[in-house]
Amino acid sequence: MGKVANLESLQQVYFEAIPLLANRRAQGGPAEKPLNGKCDVLICGGTGCVASSSRDVREALLVEIERRGLKEDIRVITTGCHGFCAKGPLVVVYPQEVLYCQVKASDAPRIVSETLIGKQILEDLVYQHPQSKERFPVYHEIPFYRHQLRLSLRNCGLINPEDIREYIARQGYFALGKALTQMSPREVIEVVKDSGLRGRGGAGFVTGIKWEITQRSPIRPKYLVCNADEGDPGAFMDRSILEGDPHSVLEGMIIAGYAIGAEAGYIYCRAEYPLAIQRIKIALAQAYEYGFLGENILGSGFSFDIYLREGAGAFVCGEETALLASIEGRRGEPRPRPPFPSVSGLWSKPTNVNNVKTYGLVPQIILNGAEWFRGFGTPNSPGTATFALTGKINNIGLIEVPMGITLREIIYDLGGGIPKGKAFKAVQTGGPLGGCLPAEALDTPVDFDSLVQAGATMGSGGMIVVDEDTCMVEFAKYFLTFASAESCGKCVPCRIGGRRLLEVLNRISNGEGKPEDLDEIEYISRNMKEASLCALGQLTPGPVVASLRFFRPEYEAHIYERKCPAKVCKGLITYRVIEENCTGCMVCKRNCPAGAISGEKRQVHYIDPNICERCGICIEVCKFDAIMIE
Amino acid sequence: MMEKATITIDGRKIQARYGQTILQAAREHGIYIPVLCDHPALPPEGACRICLVEIERQRTLQPACTFPVSEGLVIYTHSPKVIEARKFSLELLLSDHPLDCMTCEATGNCLLQDLAYEYGVTGDRYQGEKHQYPIDASNPFIVVDRNKCILCRRCVRACAYINGVEAISVFYRGFNAYIGFGADSTMQDSPCEFCGSCVEVCPTGALWPKMAIGKGRPYQLQKVQTVCAYCGVGCQIELQVRNNRIVNVVGVENAPVNQGFTCVKGRFGNDFVHHPDRLTRPRVRKYLLEGGKREGKERGEWVEVDWDTALDLVSRKLVEIRDTYGSDSIGVLTSAKCTNEENYLMNKLARQLIGTNNIDHCARL
Ligand SMILES: Cc1cc2nc3c(=O)[nH]c(=O)nc-3n(C[C@H](O)[C@H](O)[C@H](O)COP(=O)(O)O)c2cc1C
Ligand code: SF4
Ligand code: SF4
Ligand code: SF4
Ligand code: FES
Repeated sequence: MGKVANLESLQQVYFEAIPLLANRRAQGGPAEKPLNGKCDVLICGGTGCVASSSRDVREALLVEIERRGLKEDIRVITTGCHGFCAKGPLVVVYPQEVLYCQVKASDAPRIVSETLIGKQILEDLVYQHPQSKERFPVYHEIPFYRHQLRLSLRNCGLINPEDIREYIARQGYFALGKALTQMSPREVIEVVKDSGLRGRGGAGFVTGIKWEITQRSPIRPKYLVCNADEGDPGAFMDRSILEGDPHSVLEGMIIAGYAIGAEAGYIYCRAEYPLAIQRIKIALAQAYEYGFLGENILGSGFSFDIYLREGAGAFVCGEETALLASIEGRRGEPRPRPPFPSVSGLWSKPTNVNNVKTYGLVPQIILNGAEWFRGFGTPNSPGTATFALTGKINNIGLIEVPMGITLREIIYDLGGGIPKGKAFKAVQTGGPLGGCLPAEALDTPVDFDSLVQAGATMGSGGMIVVDEDTCMVEFAKYFLTFASAESCGKCVPCRIGGRRLLEVLNRISNGEGKPEDLDEIEYISRNMKEASLCALGQLTPGPVVASLRFFRPEYEAHIYERKCPAKVCKGLITYRVIEENCTGCMVCKRNCPAGAISGEKRQVHYIDPNICERCGICIEVCKFDAIMIE
Repeated sequence: MMEKATITIDGRKIQARYGQTILQAAREHGIYIPVLCDHPALPPEGACRICLVEIERQRTLQPACTFPVSEGLVIYTHSPKVIEARKFSLELLLSDHPLDCMTCEATGNCLLQDLAYEYGVTGDRYQGEKHQYPIDASNPFIVVDRNKCILCRRCVRACAYINGVEAISVFYRGFNAYIGFGADSTMQDSPCEFCGSCVEVCPTGALWPKMAIGKGRPYQLQKVQTVCAYCGVGCQIELQVRNNRIVNVVGVENAPVNQGFTCVKGRFGNDFVHHPDRLTRPRVRKYLLEGGKREGKERGEWVEVDWDTALDLVSRKLVEIRDTYGSDSIGVLTSAKCTNEENYLMNKLARQLIGTNNIDHCARL
């Protein structure tokens, strides 16, 4: 393929690419006419599905298709993540748009003979609603997808991320063409400003304004950085986009580079994302090959390069100044701002740092206009929010929803509610630096400002749901343990304050809490927030503060009554045999790893609380419900 | 840029220059803001959070040592919030620090101690985990006690920016971070050149000159400012003297030539001063003093004389040689340990009085 020299040749490439996607129909998009008799089988090649052996499924399908001589009629395509990872490996068959869940390699012959040839649906592979037991064969009708609005994820799971033509067939690089040939850099910035796009990396800073500051600097060269560090445990939105639709991010970066007047861009991606890194490399090579990167892009005279840098996976390297230090080859530690990177960033040059999703949304905004983007979401938070939904919820996975949707809608409509009929207790948003919200806050709209007002944060996208069995002290401690371990150690409030705060929480959950500990938590938290150098230290107390605010009685029970109401904290519970139920079967005694259980056959058993390690194995193995926690 | 910005500190309007930090502007106007990690000779770090000030319309407290001035800033250096935050950081530092000021070498010369005193922080607020690091005394010059280190990174910056060696860096992170040398070796086995710049800037007792240990409290020491005698650069140094013996050498802040820093010889190489073999008065050979001639190979014994006697003898002999064998039979070798002025005079002596161009300098050899 030669370089795409101008807008006309881009059109040409587009028309040639359209048939590639003719069988596939995007959610909400126009149904393109299926090609006679031909099918596309899409295998999810996201990290989740690859882990559940989707590559074997692919191999098996290829073998079967080959065996039946159907290679000409059936295309097997590896896509990025569909978001419904818990149900993987996922296979989608087009043009019927049938989604098969948890497909095994051994299912391949059936899929080929019955669905691809016989046009029959395999009921047992179709998604079934856990409560209603209703089956949903059609991809976009599944409740998990029905309530979503996929802008950032519009191509994820639909196109082959390793084939730039499929991206072009989705009008890829048209926004770049429009920006370079019909818009001045200022006009591009105006559109992005008008769209109200706010950074998807956590803080929600208005993207157009950030671009403008960098653009106005007289200093050269200028740089652009894409923050693909994504260190929040459990979050995989950015990874999915890079794995599933890398060109959208590249296109957004090149447009931003043009708007700002930058010479080069860097993608900083953690090395723990090998698949994302591989797909970025492929996408970069193809973008250079097509001339969307390099010299004189689309004949416009604008030149731009993008380099990939791999990070070693420290959470703090997601903080923009630490990230820049890391790219420069220094220890990944934040430095005080101001100066902000847009004034003095990479190698002290003006640098625009944005998140993967922020760049990824730009092409659509340029193509469809600011007005279009503001049509989604809320006035102050236009567009969509992407979350990794996890925890005690039926539909674990990656979702994209319009801003302003309530937590209740996400958890119950999309997420399918709480498993095993348990009661909802809290939802943590904003990752380990965010905060939790209780049931009373379920009607909070999900947008940057409402979440902060309610006591949590938007953060960069984890949403963890917990049920009645969760101890909120333990929950807060979990995040605090993570955040304090990830402190870079540069500033005093975070380096030592985080440790001291954790020690208070440990004390409380061990049953050694003191009445003044709640004040101590508030004192440490208040000062860490005021005095820490970067947002990691400032927000480390977030989960503790939020849980103390909404679940104070639970903390008080730990301290004053020496009780853990959720019966989780090991220092505050005892395992006891219920004498009436115990048949003396000896199962618990045999399974106890600590040797804490005594008792003869057909005699009531006894658990020695001094030896018991509170592992809970006895409760699990007892068939007579004869063990309880006090 | 000489443009001025008007800022208000504690109700006082002052004219600051763009490019200055709040700390620099405040100092210039005699307004006190405490610091710990900041050092005038080093780039600011913003790590210790002692210099935090409250700035109107800023979300959180901000470090004065890094925050650039701009028009209209309204700053409070000692608001209740600020005081609480400073105390907080000091309590945290002391919670992971030995409380042994009684026997600590740095007592009386420790910024942490001064700040704890200023803010009434005793160090008993938290009973959490404390580090127990082994002491690194592997080299002849510097003792490293990480238990006393507050991770201000002054040493890291001094080694990188002053001496250009980068022997020190921070290892690990969070609560487990510590300063280390080379690739986490002892100081002895690292690229360290023992210039002592790190010792100079360390605000606590974490880096201490070995020779000074147990030799006296700051108030027991006499301080003598002088110029280092090792070479002609002319670094100013301060000798700390007790009972007429040098117990320590430190830099002199803002000294024009060396800005408070020295090389390994100037700081640690002073044991010759009190060495029994050191000559403190001139000596001449007895036969020369008696105007006699040397007998055979033996040169005879030394006699201690005064300077006039010795110099008279040298000049008489030089004249004698010149008159007998000609000017060019004499060569002069000067020293890098002399000043420019001294070398210039020597040059005059050689060319004008002795009449030879045979003059050279050890630094050229
Ligand atoms: C501890 C910490 C971790 C962060 N991690 C990320 C991250 O993984 N990805 C990201 O885009 N932003 C992260 N941020 C936010 C960045 O500092 C920065 O605000 C963001 O990349 C700006 O992009 P945006 O304007 O598009 O949101 C993190 C911030 C902190 C304090
Ligand atoms: S707040 Fe924590 S992570 Fe941020 S600079 Fe300070 S020590 Fe490092
Ligand atoms: S003595 Fe000098 S070279 Fe050695 S670590 Fe200290 S500053 Fe660096
Ligand atoms: S050794 Fe001294 S100068 Fe170096 S970081 Fe520790 S306290 Fe600071
Ligand atoms: S002196 Fe400013 S942060 Fe340490």
